[in-house]
Amino acid sequence: MNDYASSETLRWIPLVPLIAGLGQALMLFVFRRSISSALVTATSCGAALLSFVLTCVAFWELVGSASGAPAIIDRVNTWVGVGLGGTSFTADLAFVLDALSAVACLVVTTVMLAGNVYAAGYMSGDPHDDGGHQRFFCYLNLFLFSMLVLVLADNLLLFFVGWEGAAVCSYLMIGFWFGDPANAEAANRAFVIDRIGDFGLLVGLMLLFWSLAAVGEASVAFRDIEAHLDRIAQASVPTPSWLGGGIWPLTGVIGACFFLAACARCAQGPMVAWLPEAMVAPTPASSLIHATLGVTAGVYLLCRLSFLYASTPEIGALIAWTGGATALLAALVAGVQTDIKKLLAYVTASQVGTMFVAVGCGAYAAAIFYLTTHAFFAALLFMGAGAVVLAMDYEQDIRKMGGLRSKLIRVHLVVAVAVATAAGFPFLSGFLSRNEILLSTLHAEALPGYAVLYAGGLVTAGLLAFALSRLLLMIFYGQGRHPARIRSGMQDPGNWIILPLYVLATLAIFGGLLGLPQFWGDMLPGGVDDSNSLGNFVGRAVAGGAPSQFETSTEGWSVAALLACSLSGFLVALQLYVRRPELPPRLLQRFGGIHELLGASFHIGRAYDPLVRLVLGFSDRVLFRFVERRVIDGWIVSLPAKGVLGFVAHALKYGQSGMAQTYLFTMLAGTFVLLGYLLF
Amino acid sequence: MIPVEHVIALSAALFTIGAITALMRRHLIAILMAIQLMLGAVCLAFVGFNRMWAASVESGALLDGQIFALMVIAAAAAQVAVALGIGTEFVRKRGSANVDDAASMRW
Amino acid sequence: MSAEQLIFYALGALALGSAIAMGLLVRSLAASALCLATTMLSLAGIYVLLEAHLVAAVQGMIYAGAIPLLLLSVILVGGLRDGTFGPPRPRQANRGVLVATAAVLLFGLVLSQLPSFAPFAPAPAGFGGFGQLGMLLLREFSVPLVLVGSLLLAAVVGAAVFAKGGAVE
Repeated sequence: MNDYASSETLRWIPLVPLIAGLGQALMLFVFRRSISSALVTATSCGAALLSFVLTCVAFWELVGSASGAPAIIDRVNTWVGVGLGGTSFTADLAFVLDALSAVACLVVTTVMLAGNVYAAGYMSGDPHDDGGHQRFFCYLNLFLFSMLVLVLADNLLLFFVGWEGAAVCSYLMIGFWFGDPANAEAANRAFVIDRIGDFGLLVGLMLLFWSLAAVGEASVAFRDIEAHLDRIAQASVPTPSWLGGGIWPLTGVIGACFFLAACARCAQGPMVAWLPEAMVAPTPASSLIHATLGVTAGVYLLCRLSFLYASTPEIGALIAWTGGATALLAALVAGVQTDIKKLLAYVTASQVGTMFVAVGCGAYAAAIFYLTTHAFFAALLFMGAGAVVLAMDYEQDIRKMGGLRSKLIRVHLVVAVAVATAAGFPFLSGFLSRNEILLSTLHAEALPGYAVLYAGGLVTAGLLAFALSRLLLMIFYGQGRHPARIRSGMQDPGNWIILPLYVLATLAIFGGLLGLPQFWGDMLPGGVDDSNSLGNFVGRAVAGGAPSQFETSTEGWSVAALLACSLSGFLVALQLYVRRPELPPRLLQRFGGIHELLGASFHIGRAYDPLVRLVLGFSDRVLFRFVERRVIDGWIVSLPAKGVLGFVAHALKYGQSGMAQTYLFTMLAGTFVLLGYLLF
Repeated sequence: MIPVEHVIALSAALFTIGAITALMRRHLIAILMAIQLMLGAVCLAFVGFNRMWAASVESGALLDGQIFALMVIAAAAAQVAVALGIGTEFVRKRGSANVDDAASMRW
Repeated sequence: MSAEQLIFYALGALALGSAIAMGLLVRSLAASALCLATTMLSLAGIYVLLEAHLVAAVQGMIYAGAIPLLLLSVILVGGLRDGTFGPPRPRQANRGVLVATAAVLLFGLVLSQLPSFAPFAPAPAGFGGFGQLGMLLLREFSVPLVLVGSLLLAAVVGAAVFAKGGAVE
């Protein structure tokens, strides 16, 4: 840590949105005065812009620092400082900007800035006008604050604060239009499923702390954990017999705990169920919170702890296989969805699954590259879909759309760019980042079944290309299937909505060039030395270092395979939905059962009902009725109150009898007692 | 020569009798008289102690106790006058001189 | 036992006796008032023995004169019925016994542990006489004197207010 440069500016990056959000909350909830929406929007966008600018400044400082410090740290204050016996534990309120957090911070602030401007345009025509405008931007600002704290945190405790803050804001956003009880229920379910991950996070945190304290280095700061990892690597944990008995290494157990946390947050594995539920949130919230930033907090956590995962390859295998399976199945399910946002939710789950595969293979820099490009094109996808929904008067079923490209020209452009990028159009950012990951999978010989994983990745790419092309084609091409009155009133959305989309589209198209593998960089005219600048930069802060260079022939074959899969996916979609639109109903008749199974995403969501009922039931019957009403209100508050009242009123009142002789007697008795005491 | 302990004992006994009377009688005037008895006993104590210290001051006499006794007597006179006034008003309005009926300032 | 002591004991017994009579034995209020007068008069006699001549005179005039006079006039003329005799109620009896016991114990203990004092030294000439007391009152104790005067004035005014039909509800 001694070689970190110190700064006083990093704290303002999360502080600015916090102040904005709290200010709006204060205005709304305390003063009950609805401030003008223009002021709200200006505050919110201004805060996002300021954060972005400060991040750029800090990034510039980091990159251009003469001392070559690997990170900038801004230690605001000591937050937790305790000491027991011979140990002392401090957790500082400190923000660290190293290569990993710099990239993540830039991504967060850029997408949030675009999202804020988009939301300003989107929410201005909100028909549910229940005074929610201020509320929305307040939540948005608080979410930005939480994400920045999470990304810039110096230690796991502060990270946890940001993690929980993001979860709370996510919950608030899902249930934003709480007038409809279905939305509130969806928010409850999403929250409960997310808590499963919190369990993992806390157990992992406690295990880490305990093991480090046992060797005398009580700390939960990331750099301290990294520095002392080897000392806890020898510890092991005996496992109960129902898990197979035997001894597991402690680092593996900790890694599994954090993996559980990341899984729940990123909607991987069986916990994928909360992401489609979360789509009842307003579209700007879905695009920012659930699709791009919130879910990638899990990937960020895994990469932050990359040194931990580098030492436990078996947990890496678990991560890779979970991610790969989720990616494949989610892409499959996405192909049959009819609701735009649910479709995109499954697409997101699939993309994050691919990121998990990268993490599992040890290619952390590639995962971060994919995270960056995914943030851009997924935000673009969601926001573009939102623009379509807005134009279609809040209709979200793509079976009711079609042929919109003549009316929504600009939206069609950005959505086409988004789909192309996500589906893997060559040399757009999506293609380059996915290629990177697939190559890493191919070369991860230590991972059991890596070849199968690679094949699965290719199939996933094809399925995603199919699903996204289907989306694009069904919305914008073919016959119009919507009522005429909507069609006649349809127009391109205003500038507030379109301009951020243009910016994101540009980033989606050209962002990939930041991570151009050296293979291509050499082929460019003049030869670019450090073409994979993003990868090399991030590699400074994660295990595994910069992405490795692969042989030319492998690169070539891999690129060709990926292109083939994506293209075939696109062509199938084209065939089914544009050229021969009579085919889908016939296929539906033949394969109806499978279609229904996929449509309900294997009924995973229903499996959580008992859990949610259990949690809510416990909360009501035990916590509220018993603890709150009986124990606290009854025993702790009422009983002493009645007791004190009883004593004071009913006992002491006899001292006020109004009878003079009683008073005289009391005086005499008191005098005698006093005299007796004084004299003897 | 009167032993001062006896004077004090007399004073204490008179005070006690006055106190018991004040607690046990129910007529307002009776209680008033008992209070006067208590005051008189206190005066006796003052005068008795004053006599004890009589010769200890070289130049001039120490007569504080007697002065205080005078003040007490004057105050007692004022007390009785006003208390009798209140007492007659009370009896006129309430119709009873029983101290138990003068208990309206209770809880 | 000298003559002084004898007279003291006699007067003391008289005082005690009439006090007890006043409180507990006598049935009518007027009789109680007279017993009070007797007690105060015997106290005045004791004051003379204790060389407090002015105090004795004032005591005789006021405590054994004016106050019982006032009491008697109110009792006999002012319409106070003394119909509240009878055995004291249990609560009052208990309190009385309690206070009596406490007082006896306390005073008894204190008195028994007192060191024996020297007998009174002969008082200087004019001790307790009008001259000395008067000088003191008008010199060192002039402020208390004036205050007592205002107290008496206030009492007179109050009595006049009550006589007019005062402010008791």
